Amino acid sequence: MAEIIVTNLETVPGKTITAHMGLVQGNTVQAKHVGRDIMAGLKNIVGGELKGYTELLSTAREQATLRMIDEAKALGANAVVNVRYSTSSITQGASELYAYGTAVKVG
Amino acid sequence: MGFLIGIIVILVGFFFGRMAEKNHFKQLQIAEGELSNILATNLKSSANEAAQTGALVTGNVVVANDAFKSFFAFFSLLFGGRIGVYETLMERARREAVVRMKREAKAMGASEVINIRIETSTMTGKAGTVGGIEMLAYGTALVPA
Repeated sequence: MAEIIVTNLETVPGKTITAHMGLVQGNTVQAKHVGRDIMAGLKNIVGGELKGYTELLSTAREQATLRMIDEAKALGANAVVNVRYSTSSITQGASELYAYGTAVKVG
Repeated sequence: MGFLIGIIVILVGFFFGRMAEKNHFKQLQIAEGELSNILATNLKSSANEAAQTGALVTGNVVVANDAFKSFFAFFSLLFGGRIGVYETLMERARREAVVRMKREAKAMGASEVINIRIETSTMTGKAGTVGGIEMLAYGTALVPA
């Protein structure tokens, strides 16, 4: 089976949508790492990028996207369109990364 | 003693923070120049009618305040008004996220990124202080077929 195409447009460039399969979603809840937290505490003195957190959030977001894609595959779709990301902090030190979109069949 | 340490931390934050900020703005300018051939819009479609394929690209960055900025902001909150030190922080983060997104697009051989969305979220630290601010930019990269 071909790779799933993911876009945040309402269409897939160069293709036409033949069927809508419904909403698909994926989420991960990610807690911060104590070791990284200490480094971040130091960074709060001199400022700048918190590389550990950047990495943490981007891998968590990838995971959420993969879960969304798996759901789309299960529905028999070959593309996910109009993808949106959202992030919410649940409690101190934990964030939820959420990805959702519409699974479609393109031809 | 505690007061003295506080002053030292703020001074260290002031000098290193300012240096880092200056460097970052310089780097951003270079990176934006290199990536200027990739058109970035938040429109739903491209003016270029040629056959292309699309793929999602993202770029993110988490930035932290320095001690001086936090201290300065604390006083600004008493009097209200603009907090300039935070404005530059947000600007840096946003531009960095867009640069990273464009780099991903460039690696795919894209000519354009459309329908860009930029999102902000905060990661809370201890006792309600802001641990970090995350900036996320995402869009659809158009690759000539």
